[in-house]
Amino acid sequence: MSATDTIRNGEEREPAFGFWRRSYAMLVKEFIQLRRDRVSFAMIIMLPVLQLTLFGYAINTTPRNLPTAVLTQEDTDLGRSILKAMENTSYFHFTREVHTVAQFDELLQSGKVLFGVEIPRGFERAVRRGDRPALLVAADATDPVASGTALATLGPLVQTALAHDLHIGDPPDMPFEIRAHARYNPAAESRLNIVPGLVGTILTMTMLIFTALSVTREIERGTMESLLSMPIKPIEVMFGKIIPYVLVGFIQAALIIGIGVFVFGVPVLGSFALLALLTTLFITTNLSIGYTFSTIVQNQLQAMQLSMMFFLPSILLSGFMFPFAGMPVWAQYIGEGLPLTHFVRIVRAIMLKGAAMQNLQYDTIALVALMLFAMTVAVTRFRRTLD
Amino acid sequence: MNGGPTSTQSNASSVAIDVKGLTKSFGGREVVHDLSMQVKRGSIYGFLGPNGSGKTTTIRILCGLLTPDSGEGTCLGYDIRRDADKIKRKVGYMTQRFSLYQDLSVRENLEFVARLYGMPDARGAAADMIARIGLKGREEQLAANLSGGWKQRLALGACTLPNPQLLLLDEPTAGVDPKARRDFWNEIHALAAEGLTVLVSTHYMDEAERCHEIAYIAYGHLLAHGTVDEVIAASALSTWTVTGEDFNGLMAELTDKPGVDMVAPFGTSLHVSGRDKAALEAAIAPYRDNQKWRWQPSEPSLEDVFIDLMGRTKDNFQG
Repeated sequence: MSATDTIRNGEEREPAFGFWRRSYAMLVKEFIQLRRDRVSFAMIIMLPVLQLTLFGYAINTTPRNLPTAVLTQEDTDLGRSILKAMENTSYFHFTREVHTVAQFDELLQSGKVLFGVEIPRGFERAVRRGDRPALLVAADATDPVASGTALATLGPLVQTALAHDLHIGDPPDMPFEIRAHARYNPAAESRLNIVPGLVGTILTMTMLIFTALSVTREIERGTMESLLSMPIKPIEVMFGKIIPYVLVGFIQAALIIGIGVFVFGVPVLGSFALLALLTTLFITTNLSIGYTFSTIVQNQLQAMQLSMMFFLPSILLSGFMFPFAGMPVWAQYIGEGLPLTHFVRIVRAIMLKGAAMQNLQYDTIALVALMLFAMTVAVTRFRRTLD
Repeated sequence: MNGGPTSTQSNASSVAIDVKGLTKSFGGREVVHDLSMQVKRGSIYGFLGPNGSGKTTTIRILCGLLTPDSGEGTCLGYDIRRDADKIKRKVGYMTQRFSLYQDLSVRENLEFVARLYGMPDARGAAADMIARIGLKGREEQLAANLSGGWKQRLALGACTLPNPQLLLLDEPTAGVDPKARRDFWNEIHALAAEGLTVLVSTHYMDEAERCHEIAYIAYGHLLAHGTVDEVIAASALSTWTVTGEDFNGLMAELTDKPGVDMVAPFGTSLHVSGRDKAALEAAIAPYRDNQKWRWQPSEPSLEDVFIDLMGRTKDNFQG
């Protein structure tokens, strides 16, 4: 008992170490609660593991094996040597061979390839005559990170590789020129790439949270008991909870795109109607996924955590932040399962490349499939009784 | 069901609730045990029992919110296991805890219910109900800001709004002042007079006496049912009322006497009850000559009967 323990001015005496005792009591209680909340517990382990894995392995800012289309107008030894040399740089991976310029353009526009190499007719003869003909390399530069490194290293690497094959001496004596053409975003401005992607990222975050809390909130506030005693079907509850937010999401999307266009000067080359339609689809897909979370988790906190679990890979693996083509195959598979991946492609294609519906079929179907899957899970998971 | 006897047909029209052998467990603990009951159409059926006795669980089974582990039966002629959707259309359920939306106004809550039941004129129906439950002038107030009594009225309004045939009220008057309770019961009787069947759970004995029939449930077992008089008669309890002064010593002495099953003070008197009339009389005989007290044989009250039932059940099931 120290002097400070004595009663002064009629005050209630504070028990010794009161602060620590209460803190300890609180701490014990929190631990017990945490131990019983399995999802939160799993999250504590999973989040850092997931982050490390994703950041450490999946993200590659100098992407390799980028899908490339080849348009060969003549079949010659020199042409084959150049293509071989390009592939040997490991930046390019020839996935398609096309025969017309139209096919070539279509592949680039739909995002199926990031590069196109064209060996023009009469190329070898021109080289032998010493005319220094041009080898055309077109790049989809909407994502400058993905295309930039490959384009920058293209010239020197190909020259070095060819020097050996053709016995033409030092690089300055290169008998042809490589004419790189950065399409869609010639100045390699990353804001052009970021803003459309941001539309999707922000929508993912907000839409997910809106609906992820919806069912658990009803349960926590006790209103679920009344709701379930009334004649309403799970699918009706779902639509009732999703639809208002489609409008909210639409307004949000219009706001972001508006700022993108008027403040950042991002163009919308494609159709506004198509952009609006597919954005609505994307919003609905996210709301469905959030709602599904809501039917799985026990409380609002878990709903928030699950949303974050979903949001993190969406940002990292969708191609929004890092080039999709540069990720390892397993990460790309995860990416294909995320709505943001498909929407980032769609929104970039429409805004920056002026893509039309026929270029975007695959990603549209993927979004519809993800939405239907989420809705099915939600309706099956929704508990109609309090059992 | 084509071979069903005609008696079932007539039952279906005169009986609102008819369940047999309902059993429900949560986490290995049996909350409702082999419960059977019948509720006549148009009657007010009181459901009594201590906290945790299984009243809420039974009510939830009846309206399809819980699936019984075993047992079967019908509610308004619909199978409680298979026809939950149909039952929900015809049953109004007022939960023990206020479960309308706190962040919606009175009017919005009622309109929500009206729309959910597909009523043609949701606004009109809500407005009529607001007038009926006396919430005019408070339509735009958020449910969260209503007092307990007003919340209870709103909840009753919400569950009677879609014109149900059966009302399940789970402790509707808990925490409500006596005036509001009386108004509430007048409303219940008015609804029953219109042909509605009402099953109401309660703790209050005076409310039990306002019911046409009652059932007493404890530890998941239905222990007694019938009219109030029937339940009292069936208890076979003998009671003596003691008036006078200084009960404290008397209470302590009587409590452990063989033949005395229950001693309970009632205001200025003491109720001494026993299941065996002769044994009770033998037990109290030494005290009857004492000038301090006046002994009178009397009817046991409903409360005496219930407390005795509860004590007996506890002996049997909690051993």
